[in-house]
Amino acid sequence: MTIEPILLKIQKEWHGTYKSYLIGFFVSFFLTSLSFFLVIAKPFSNIWIIYSVIILAILQAIVQLIFFLHIGQESKPRFKTYFLIFSIFILFIFVVGSIWVMNDLEFRMMPEMSTRGSHTHD
Amino acid sequence: MFGRLTIEAFKHDATQSMAVLSMLFGGVALISFITYLKRWKWLWNEWLTTVDPKRIGIMYIVVVLMMFLKGFGDAMMMRLQQAFSVGDSQGFLSASHFQEVFSAHGTTMIFFVAMGAVFGLMNLIIPLQIGARDVAFPFLNALSFWLFASGAALTLVSLAVGHFANAGWLSYAPLSSIEYNPGEGIDYWIWIVQIAGIGTTLGGINFLVTILKMRCPGMTFMRMPIFVWSCLCANVLIILAFPILTVTLFMLALDRTLGMHFFTVAGGGNYMMYTNLIWAWGHPEVYILILPIFGVFSEVVPTFSEKRLFGYASMVWALIFITVISFVVWLHHFFTMGASPYVNAIFGILTMIVAIPTGVKIFNWLFTKFRGKVHFTSPMLWFFAFLVNFTVAGMTGILLSAPPVDFQVHNSLFLIAHFHGMVIGGFLFGFFAAFTYWFPKFTGFMLDEKLNRYAFWFWSGGFLLAFMPLYMLGFMGATRRLDHYEASTGWHPLFILVAVGAVILFCGANIQFFGLFWTIYKRKQNWDHTGGDPWNGRTLEWSIPSPPPVYNFATIPTVYDRDPLWDIKHGKTAPPKKEYEDIYMPINTPIGMYIGGLSLIFGFGMVWYIWWLVILSFIAILICAIIRLSSKDEHELITAQQVKEIEDEHLRRMKSHD
Amino acid sequence: MTNTHAINDHYRNHQLDALHEETFSKTVFGFWLYLMTDCLLFGTLFCTFAVLHAQTFGGPPPKEIFSLPLVFLETMILLVSSVTSGFAILACVKNKQPQVTFWLLITFVLGLLFLAIEITEFKDLIQEGNSFQRSAFLSSYFTLVGTHGLHIFFGLLWLVVMIAQLYKFGITIETFRRLVIFSMFWHFLDLVWIFIFTFVYLLGVI
Repeated sequence: MTIEPILLKIQKEWHGTYKSYLIGFFVSFFLTSLSFFLVIAKPFSNIWIIYSVIILAILQAIVQLIFFLHIGQESKPRFKTYFLIFSIFILFIFVVGSIWVMNDLEFRMMPEMSTRGSHTHD
Repeated sequence: MFGRLTIEAFKHDATQSMAVLSMLFGGVALISFITYLKRWKWLWNEWLTTVDPKRIGIMYIVVVLMMFLKGFGDAMMMRLQQAFSVGDSQGFLSASHFQEVFSAHGTTMIFFVAMGAVFGLMNLIIPLQIGARDVAFPFLNALSFWLFASGAALTLVSLAVGHFANAGWLSYAPLSSIEYNPGEGIDYWIWIVQIAGIGTTLGGINFLVTILKMRCPGMTFMRMPIFVWSCLCANVLIILAFPILTVTLFMLALDRTLGMHFFTVAGGGNYMMYTNLIWAWGHPEVYILILPIFGVFSEVVPTFSEKRLFGYASMVWALIFITVISFVVWLHHFFTMGASPYVNAIFGILTMIVAIPTGVKIFNWLFTKFRGKVHFTSPMLWFFAFLVNFTVAGMTGILLSAPPVDFQVHNSLFLIAHFHGMVIGGFLFGFFAAFTYWFPKFTGFMLDEKLNRYAFWFWSGGFLLAFMPLYMLGFMGATRRLDHYEASTGWHPLFILVAVGAVILFCGANIQFFGLFWTIYKRKQNWDHTGGDPWNGRTLEWSIPSPPPVYNFATIPTVYDRDPLWDIKHGKTAPPKKEYEDIYMPINTPIGMYIGGLSLIFGFGMVWYIWWLVILSFIAILICAIIRLSSKDEHELITAQQVKEIEDEHLRRMKSHD
Repeated sequence: MTNTHAINDHYRNHQLDALHEETFSKTVFGFWLYLMTDCLLFGTLFCTFAVLHAQTFGGPPPKEIFSLPLVFLETMILLVSSVTSGFAILACVKNKQPQVTFWLLITFVLGLLFLAIEITEFKDLIQEGNSFQRSAFLSSYFTLVGTHGLHIFFGLLWLVVMIAQLYKFGITIETFRRLVIFSMFWHFLDLVWIFIFTFVYLLGVI
């Protein structure tokens, strides 16, 4: 079956390599195992485990974005990267903002349910 | 067999029965008319299976005008009810019917009039203004339209079969939960909005890729028309905000259908979370509606001032600033839900900030007119109506953004007056300007200017009379969504005034509606003799014939500055060479319509718990999608010779009209 | 304006070439934007989970109902499948069709395994009385993890269609394009899973 020349042209520009996928795999494997290990073994206090696990997740996400999704390797203008950053920015505002608002509301309006439950008001 | 659908669903009270009958009559009349004209094949080939955004845009506007009639009818019923339902009189609408009417009014107007109009305009204008032949994904575009139409159709079905939602246009929990609202109304609302919303999200992706990747050579970002910039920002809002709505609607549906506890009273549910989520979407939504309208005025004002837009760069920054800010103000819709003063104050201040870029835009339009040669055509008149009413309503918004003030007037008629000032004074007047301005481009003839002016005066006067008293009523304590009140409140005279205002608006709408048919009837007298540029325009869409050929531009233009057509007309740039090439256009397909129709069936099945129908229609949708996504790319060829013939024919027609 | 469709002029027509190249780049970018909407979609589900995760309504806490070894297994399966989907694209870039089909089949089997484990997890929970109707915590858990699972399910369906398309059409500009966006989708699902196993399972168990 003949391959269309335009397809050959597009294929030549492909960024991925076996190396990039394997690096991504081994680093992800390591970061995942470390997270699970920290939670199961609990080598230090809970709050630090929480922070570490979150940071490990963000690191792994970045690794997978770079090595699997080839972020940052597109030709200019780098719309994919800009949109990713902007979406995450808005997502962050929305999620953190909502958690903050709902926490505040829960404290003031549903004290029997909130973890800071109290019947006094500000 | 039919889920929870019984014969009871088809029984309605007198008013509703009348509405259903007139709707059915209208449908039958339309079908008979098309059959009489023997136009079914034409309808199928030229409209129902089209992927041409010019056609799709017109279909959007047709659905919008139909749904506007329905929404307007709902409004008239409410105004009349409130004018009569005082003291001993209960008016002509039962309380439960009144609840359905105000819910339907809001849902119809926001999702099927305003959103539809925005997408209609984007379809019609964006490809032309960026010098492109099509949108990025023509099939997806058609699909978006058919999902939109499917939502509109389901709304009309809800009129005839069972009842519509009765919990407002946003169906707050826990009133919308299965415990307090077990009927089909809320489910109708959920699936109507969900289906239309998915169409919108797909459309947002489509237009973003179109604007970012299909601009003609030379059209850098800072040379795009501001209308295109405003749509770019609106589409960014769409792709980031609509998924929130999708999830929230699904969660409400899961609560109602599968007994989950997201927003229920029991089980640990948190119904305040519903309000939070729905407005996290809802606030960006209102900016999605208004940004393209700002864009419209950025086209209309320079054209009718014969002067370039003042402060282009600041307009762009204002749009971007508004886009970002619109994501951080959503709590101002529920100041009174009980958050701490600290939280309320922060959101209040952020809300006030959005007035700044908006003010920048208003001043820029005014500075554009200063020392320009101003033509008082009807689009320009609509701009003045917008200027006054939107600014006043905007200022009442600043009042509302202060939590202490909002605590007094939240959910009162003061709020109603504010947001109707924004959507009528802002959005609708802008849409009327856009409709009048771009109508000749897609039809080849002008709207009757005299009728337009009458409509303008009726709308301006009627709007003031119908909405200014509401500010007073709000301060007097009148809450929204009231179907009855006591005479001792002293509200009655104002409600009568407001009903008179509504009647004047009704006259204005009728002038436009019948005026449209009158114009079409008298089109030969109103032909555009200029060959596509009746307003002495500045941007690329005026450089091609009216109506445009299917490929828009015979040669893709190259652009060297803003207002490229103005430069060509004044000799600063050479006009495009008449060198024609073969053009490949996408081919028609019925699959968009099939998926839309199947979604309608799916939605209906979900509402009435007809599970076999739900499963079958869903599988059918999947099959349609797989067929479409397994097909080879196909195009229709228009040879260079044929392009030449089309262009020459246009020149010939132009000369013969002179 | 009716004309013969120009499908067969594929190979010698520079305009159609430009069109295909444009379609490829627009489709990849458009699909990326779809993934951004999916980001917000999952973000909303995560947000809801964050707000409701403590509302067990008297039911068992996460520690008692989650099995970390099983989650680790699921994570590894999905991670490997993400890599194999990448290998499928690499084979496609080199036009080695049998290899492409091989890696796609492996990806499918791994994805199916992942889903099977997840469905078993759900089934066990429901049978123990911890269904999505029990509490807000469980509703939000089932919906967040379930939505991810639903995405995986549609991905598997997509895989089947792609394997069929490869069999019928071979590697063409259309099948290549669709495989590329499939792999983007599959990688994205693994990305979302990172946050699920972190925030739902690991942090739930602490």
